[in-house]
Parts: sequence; C-alpha cells; structure tokens
Amino acid sequence: MEERRAEPHDGNTDGVSRRDFLRTIGVGTLEAAVLSAAPLPSEGAPAHTGDLVPLVLTVNGRRNALEVEPRWTLLYVLREKLGLTGAKPGCERGECGACTVLIDGKPRYSCLTLALEADGHEITTVEGLMQGEKLGQVQEAFVQEDAFQCGFCTPGQVISAEGLLRKTPHPGVAEIRHGMSGNLCRCGAYDHIVKAVQHASEIRK
Amino acid sequence: MIPKIAYARPHSLKEAVKELSAPGTIAHAGGTDLLGCLRDGIVTPEKVISLSGLSDLKGIARTGDGGLRIGALTTLAEVADDHVINEQFTALAEAAASAASPQLRNQGTLGGNLCQRPRCWYFRGEFHCRRKGGEICFAMNGRNEFHCIFGGQNCFIVHPSDSAPALVALEARVRIANSRGTRTIPLDSFFVDPAKDVTRENILRPGEIITEILLPAPVTQMRSSYRKARARGAWDFALSGVAIGLRFNGKRVDQARIVLSGVAPIPWRAVETEQALAGKILDGETVARAAESAVRSAEPLSDNAYKIHLTQGIVHESLMALRPE
Repeated sequence: MEERRAEPHDGNTDGVSRRDFLRTIGVGTLEAAVLSAAPLPSEGAPAHTGDLVPLVLTVNGRRNALEVEPRWTLLYVLREKLGLTGAKPGCERGECGACTVLIDGKPRYSCLTLALEADGHEITTVEGLMQGEKLGQVQEAFVQEDAFQCGFCTPGQVISAEGLLRKTPHPGVAEIRHGMSGNLCRCGAYDHIVKAVQHASEIRK
Repeated sequence: MIPKIAYARPHSLKEAVKELSAPGTIAHAGGTDLLGCLRDGIVTPEKVISLSGLSDLKGIARTGDGGLRIGALTTLAEVADDHVINEQFTALAEAAASAASPQLRNQGTLGGNLCQRPRCWYFRGEFHCRRKGGEICFAMNGRNEFHCIFGGQNCFIVHPSDSAPALVALEARVRIANSRGTRTIPLDSFFVDPAKDVTRENILRPGEIITEILLPAPVTQMRSSYRKARARGAWDFALSGVAIGLRFNGKRVDQARIVLSGVAPIPWRAVETEQALAGKILDGETVARAAESAVRSAEPLSDNAYKIHLTQGIVHESLMALRPE
C-alpha cells in the first residue's frame, strides 16, 4: 500500500535502496497519522480535490503540471507531489534553512513560499545540482571538507552555498558567514561548512 | 499547517485593491511574515490576495526631483544591493542588509517589512492578549526582556522592522492606494501608537496597500547610518538599534533625525536628542550628552532595563562614527 503512495519517480524494484527504504518509512508515518486522525506534524494533509487549482512548476529544468491546494507550500509540493525530498522540513517557519531552494537562482525558504507563488519561476533543488550521476561541485566540496555530521541541514546548506557563489563567485570568510547565515547546523559543523564553500569557490567553473 | 485558504493573483492595482476591499481577505507580498501568521492562526483570512503579479510595484527609480521611488514589492536584497541607496541613503541599505537572513531578504519586500506583525511571544503564542482583542497584556507581568522601554501603554510590543526607522530617519513618504485612488503621507505618521489603537500597527484600512516608498532628494551634506544590536550575530531582530540621518552645515549639524528600533511599539523618534544635536559640532561631550538624552524618558519593565544602556551605547557609537573627517 505504501509503495503506491510513493513518488512518481519509481526506483529500481530489485532490492531496496536506502533512499526507497526512507521513503517508505516517511509515507508509512504519514498514513499512520491520517488513520489515527491525530494532528499532522507537518503539511501532510490529504488533498480536498474540490479545492485543487492547476499549476505548472518548473523544477530542475523540468516542467511539471500539477494540481495544488492554495495553502500548500512549495516545500510540501516538492517533497510530497514531486518526490524531491532533498529540501527538508525543519522549523517550517523560516529560521533553520533546511528547506532552502533556489528560485530564479536566489536562495529562498520553500517552507515560507506558497507553491502558487512559484508559478512562472525556475526552481532548483539540491537534486538539480547533480551532474548526471555525479555530485555537483558544491556537493563534492562538502564531501571533501567533511562539512556535515548528521546531514539533515546539508541540502539547504549546499543550496545556500550555490546561491552565494552564483552571486559572489569568490567570497571572503566574512562574506561566506554572512551568505550562509540563514542556515542552521545543529551539529555545529560551521567551520567545515565555511571551508567547503571556499573549496567550492576554487573548483567551481 | 496552514488552514484552508482561497487565493487570487490579480494583475492590476485596481483589481488588487478591489479584491482586498472584500471582508476576509489579506494581502500577500513576499509572504515571509504572512505564512508564519497563517500557520500560527494570528490572522485567519478566507482568501489571500497575492500582489506578486503587480510588476509596477517592483524596482527602484529616480524621481523627477532627484529623489528615489522604491516600489513596495522591491525585495530587501535588492534594496541592500542597490548602488544609489548605498551611496546616498546609507541608513536604508544598512538596515535592509541587517534584516533577517539572505533567504528572507531575497523574498521579503520593503513594503511588507513596514507592515509586518509584532514578534511579541504572547501575541504570537496562544495568549488572548490585548492586541488580539483580549483584556490583558501578558508582557506587563510576564517575561518581557524583548519588550519596549518607550511608548508602552496597553501593549508593550516593539516594532520589528529595521527598514522603518531608517526610512523615517531619511524622511521617507509612502504612497497608499485604495479603490478611490492614492494618497501620500510621511512614513512617520504611518505607524499607530498602542495608546491610540492597540489592535493595529499601522493606519492601513481594509482594501489599502502601500504601493511605493518615496525618498526625498539627498542633500549634499547628508550622512546616515543604521546599526542594531542583536542576541545572535548571524541574524535576529533588533534588541535595540538606531537609524540616524544628519544634515551638516560644514562641521555643524544642521538637522538631525534619530529613530530608535527594537525599543518601542513604533519606530521611535528621539526628539530630545534631535534637538540636542541641532547646530552643534559633534565633539565627544555633545555626543555623550545626546546619547544620554536618547534614553532619558525610558520606562523599563522588569526584565529589559538592559535596553537602556544598550540604546545609549549604540546611539553614542553611531553618532561618533558619523562625525565628518
């Protein structure tokens, strides 16, 4: 049952990858919440079809025709409707930065953006920074510099770094700290994150 | 989770103010404050009217008289990065750059920044306080380290905006539109003192929005700055801050505007300080006396007397930094 509710991007079925396993856990949790009629922890309310409105969302260069409720945030639609789980729900009030995506190349909080407000704009998530099967340069720099511990904030950190470097290709340390100030890291990997952004700035073309 | 809402995105100002005249509607500019308020039930509209389709309300342009017109939907990042604003309206550039985080500055608008709701934890929390139509201001006897030391009556919020004090110091005006037309008022008279009406922070009526912010042509010997102290270096609201606009005549201050942030329910003109500076050379003694006068009428609550010293210090430092070479 869980599998059918999973994202449109169906994974390989022989063997369960770590990612599919996590997806299944996530969906199972959601369904349990619905069944028990408990208040949902996040935005995962079932859609009331009568209230859906059409939306074309351009994400990572791909156009997606969707129907959304006006109250759905971009974060919710990315994760729950498009299966792009890179952007994370953290505080869901624009403080932690785990949900950061690029909108027209600029970092923004997808938890504070209504999906309908993204109409006509180009959205880039951490998945969109991949170069085929290889990590993008900023992602690679985070790996090289060991710029995370638990990794939960990392997609948002990577996206913020990408946005910073698009605007300021060679930032100084103060500019990096300022540019990355909208992303919290609970593990406190900040020094390594600054190094990763410096490294990314060097290898980025 | 955000409760159910309807949504419209009109493409003309006329349509937008018409939509907003209907009961149960609320304007959405950048949405950074609105979405939090919707989630927390601080506002409970039936319909959100997005202004993002109003392209006339975006951008920065010179006016005929040499001033500046900033569309209300111009983002804080665009304001902070603008070359002319940095050169000639420095206080505004510094305020916009010190507001919130990069992500929020890329989304939040200047007009929205002036209209944001207070951050008082009782107002934002599940307390039926005076500002929400209740009988009690919980900050009076509760936890109040982030509340006001000036102008507290009925309610002890601080106005959360950084750009507002900077714009008041720069003598900005705002244009307001409704279904009958537009009017332009000094920003200084836009904010509502809780002694007059505790349920609103500004004079906007249903069906009204700010369309643009107007800055007067800069005088040649004008210097301005905005500085704020905060609990977190990375980003935070002001514990105390000061926007200063000084017009010089040679080495003497011709006219001063001193506007405090983080310490009052509205951007707070330190009128006594402004008067103390007029006609003076900014020597050490004048600055010390001016900084002292800025906090003379402060009335702290149980936990926020630290703001008196903080404010005095920040006014002192900011004035010293603005002295002509």
